[in-house]
Amino acid sequence: MTIRAQMSRLTEDLHACADRLGRPASFMEVCGTHTVNACRSGVHSLMPSTVRLISGPGCPVCVTAQRYIDALIELGRDDDVTLTTYGDMMRVAGAGGSLELARSEGADVRIVTSTMEAVELARREPGRQVVFAAVGFETTAPATAAAVLAAKRDGLANFTVLPCHKLVLPAMMALLADPEAQIDGFICPGHVSVIIGAEAYRPVVDQHAKPCVVTGFEALQIMDGILALTRQLEAGETKLENRYPQVVSNEGNPKAMALIDKVFQPGDSAWRAIGMIARSGLDLRPDYAEFDAFQRYGITLGEDHDPPGCRCGEVITGKCAPADCPLFGTVCTPIYPIGPCMVSSEGSCQAWFKYRRQEMKHAERRAAQEEIVS
Amino acid sequence: MCLALPAKIVEKDGEDAWVLLGDARMKVNLVMTPEAEVDDWVLVHAGFAIQQLSEEDALETWQLIDDLRQPEEAAS
Repeated sequence: MTIRAQMSRLTEDLHACADRLGRPASFMEVCGTHTVNACRSGVHSLMPSTVRLISGPGCPVCVTAQRYIDALIELGRDDDVTLTTYGDMMRVAGAGGSLELARSEGADVRIVTSTMEAVELARREPGRQVVFAAVGFETTAPATAAAVLAAKRDGLANFTVLPCHKLVLPAMMALLADPEAQIDGFICPGHVSVIIGAEAYRPVVDQHAKPCVVTGFEALQIMDGILALTRQLEAGETKLENRYPQVVSNEGNPKAMALIDKVFQPGDSAWRAIGMIARSGLDLRPDYAEFDAFQRYGITLGEDHDPPGCRCGEVITGKCAPADCPLFGTVCTPIYPIGPCMVSSEGSCQAWFKYRRQEMKHAERRAAQEEIVS
Repeated sequence: MCLALPAKIVEKDGEDAWVLLGDARMKVNLVMTPEAEVDDWVLVHAGFAIQQLSEEDALETWQLIDDLRQPEEAAS
């Protein structure tokens, strides 16, 4: 069966199921890669009008608190420091601008595609103090842990990390604790699940009675996940379904989890526009304190000052769609982004701007035509 | 940031390995998948192999990606 035929069948099934359900349903895709692929592949336009896919706090760039960017930029002012970061972080702005701007003003900021490149850089340039901006969820945290272990093994005195890793599950639980949250189920993040395992979402199902589906990133897999969630609602069930078993096991990757556990311990963490969530981040364990840039440079995080009018905080908690923000597509665009969701290639706003504006225009035109006809 | 793609290991040297990611040759770290050997498929994320995959599942993922890249051909 061709991909188009498979998609047609899933779409038909979803429409029929949504009709039988007879009420609106909102599902949250937690991961930024799901957000982008759903927008890019047109999944939204195939869904029935009663079923909505809303974005969650799963883009590491979007959830990184401004105060953390400010700390990085402050560190970059030190002439001895070389900042290393994944490329995604370059353009997101703190109160004092972005890393890209800091680099243009003379800071030594280098993009790496792996934490090991940062370790290698420290090895190669012993005269530089290399600091790695450790952002990301459980998918990237083991890589930071491996880098810290490598630095310890090699006795590298010029390598530190500024830890800002986030944990997915505490964020999902915090969202559900909000009485305003309208979430009927979750498309769980695929590659975080590779590390933590599908069973990690059990508390969401057991304590909050919300269906959870682990699925892959391609359009067919996303549609299949949405259909599975809708079917659960129709049947009045609350289950944890792993529909991506070829990649995600129930227990995750124990070696990766052991790496995280060896180097990090859970700590309270500030999420952009959400605020502090207890035990939702990862702090370095005391045994690895020498690699903690917060300690080495005596950094204390300040406050966040989100741009006026920006609704990124509501976008990443599923309370509004990007198009509901007054800045979206007018003063906030991928070239001149205001909020982090427009900066990041996995941000909801950028995905909507790139892939859904046409669809939105069509919908507006249709609505206008219907108004004239009636 | 959590993007990960299946790649085949073509060379292994302790914890380090070289994989073929599409047509590109890339260095990856095997600390999370130490059992992976040459000719095995792994899921690669930010320079690390985060999971071993069967060849069938890896090729299926690439098939889905390729189908999306060439939707007209896939439909015909």
